[in-house]
Amino acid sequence: MTGAPMSTEVFTARGDHGPRPPLAARERIGAVTGYLLLVYRRTLRGTIISTFVSPLFFLLAMGIGLGSLIDERTGGLGGVPYLQFVVPAIVAMQTMWLAMFEATYPVMDYIKWSKLYDSMLATPLRVRDILVGHIGSIAGRLVVATAVFMLVASLFGGFATWGALWCLPIAVLTGLAFTVPIFGFTATQDNEDGFTILFRLIATPLMLFSGTFFPIDQLPAWMQPLAWVTPLWHGVESSRMVALGTVDPPWLALHLGVLLAFVLVAWVLCERALTRRLVK
Amino acid sequence: MAEEILLSARGLTKRFGDLTAVDGVDFAVHKGESFGFLGPNGAGKSSTMRMVGAVSPVTAGELRIFGQDPATHGPQIRARLGVVPQQDQLDQELTVEENMWVYGRYFGLSRAQVRERAVELLAFAQLTERAKDRVEPLSGGMKRRLTIARALISTPEMLLLDEPTTGLDPQARHLLWDRLFRLKRQGVTLILTTHYMDEAEQLCDRLVVMDHGRIVAEGSPQALIRQHSTREVLELRFDADDHAEFGTKIAGIGQRIEVLPDRLLVYAEDGDEAAAGVHDRGIQPLSSLVRRSTLEDVFLHLTGRTLVD
Ligand SMILES: Nc1ncnc2c1ncn2[C@@H]1O[C@H](COP(=O)(O)OP(=O)(O)OP(=O)(O)O)[C@@H](O)[C@H]1O
Ligand SMILES: [Mg+2]
Repeated sequence: MTGAPMSTEVFTARGDHGPRPPLAARERIGAVTGYLLLVYRRTLRGTIISTFVSPLFFLLAMGIGLGSLIDERTGGLGGVPYLQFVVPAIVAMQTMWLAMFEATYPVMDYIKWSKLYDSMLATPLRVRDILVGHIGSIAGRLVVATAVFMLVASLFGGFATWGALWCLPIAVLTGLAFTVPIFGFTATQDNEDGFTILFRLIATPLMLFSGTFFPIDQLPAWMQPLAWVTPLWHGVESSRMVALGTVDPPWLALHLGVLLAFVLVAWVLCERALTRRLVK
Repeated sequence: MAEEILLSARGLTKRFGDLTAVDGVDFAVHKGESFGFLGPNGAGKSSTMRMVGAVSPVTAGELRIFGQDPATHGPQIRARLGVVPQQDQLDQELTVEENMWVYGRYFGLSRAQVRERAVELLAFAQLTERAKDRVEPLSGGMKRRLTIARALISTPEMLLLDEPTTGLDPQARHLLWDRLFRLKRQGVTLILTTHYMDEAEQLCDRLVVMDHGRIVAEGSPQALIRQHSTREVLELRFDADDHAEFGTKIAGIGQRIEVLPDRLLVYAEDGDEAAAGVHDRGIQPLSSLVRRSTLEDVFLHLTGRTLVD
């Protein structure tokens, strides 16, 4: 490999006048995530409530309340206690809500209200650095929120096997399959009006009809294909498989492939939308 | 003098759809100079500054910053610039010092470097006492000073200031001017926009007057005044809704008369002599005031409009 031609440019230190050495990708992305870490630390309490307490309510109400009724009447779903059926699905579902919150209002704030993205773009950073840094930070939050929820759910006996540990990476992938397209959607919006539609008309039905609380074969036949084309069903199905130890390799591969495709295709569109919005 | 040119534009143009915000402007700025864009709302000052800041793509024309093309060397150029945008872009929830640290990291400075620079710059901006306070409750002037301090964290060679003092009270403005003078003495090249003529006169070695995306005049404040105005101006107010009729009554006095809705301006080398001339014609104004010509008069003469309405 010949690599890049040797640079003949003479750089001065970053604090001195004159041409400056370019920032490594690690420095650029680290600067963005470093900022967001400060923001997250500041908003820690509110975050715990919005991202952790509400899945816990679902666990208590559905898993334990409704679950004991179902188990009493039917002996569980296909022999599986309802709690263990629903908990892996809630693990996947809570990532959707986290993505909904993190990729809407805060992103709009940085684009339009506080214009902090503009302040970043006035520095050596580029749109891609912002995107990688911000989405990477959201991924970090997905890891933490999911791990904490899984720990608590396991104390309630929500997981059947150690394979449930795989729910964590699957949940993060599911979360990203929502984060990236929603981020792109936000970049195309003039104001926050569209978010209400996103929450009410997309997130809520997805939560209810993606096989989270009951298998989608219970839905009318015409509704089932709708579940197939949205990320949540794929996240729920794969999460449930690994947690219950019922992995069907081709299906698992398909589910994960769909989630990955969501992330990658949405990334291209998202980067384009954010560039169009910020660089003008 | 073989002065180094840091910034040059030829036929620089910015269009947003059908609207031409910057319409083929030419200018060049030397190292260590302080250069201003003076113009009314919508003249295209911010659009020009954003192109110079290597964040807004040039529609047409040629722009070189540190000899480099922003289209191909954006990050390299921005690494050497300090930018104070028209609207403060601070994180209101973080503290003053946190805003400084975060921004320094965007330039690749180490944690130790940003902390050290933040202490120096907050002292420079007289914000040391507020370093650990959240930004949100600070006054407008303090936030503006913080934005300037933040722009300096990377020790820029060229500082771009888009309306640095708009909305500040006179005391806060003078404090800011003083800080900008100090930077200039340290060799920082200043490029600023303003629609305050006194600010332009105070701060700029050289400036361009912009209107409707075009440059209508260029020079030092004194040269512009000499070229486009008289030494003195007599301002007359009358007890009348329409000042135009008085304009005809005093025609011939001074070199030129401008009729504004609320007053008449008589341009003359000697204002007192002009006032005596008005008196000799038996005309009694409500008030009459002689002052020196300013850039405001230059602007009025060039565009037929006042700068700040
Ligand atoms: N992003 C944009 N999209 C569309 N039009 C724009 C955009 N930015 C500026 N303009 C238009 O370009 C023209 C020049 O605006 P600009 O902000 O450069 O003026 P300005 O001299 O800075 O004015 P002000 O003193 O009000 O800040 C205005 O008509 C404005 O509406
Ligand atoms: Mg402006």
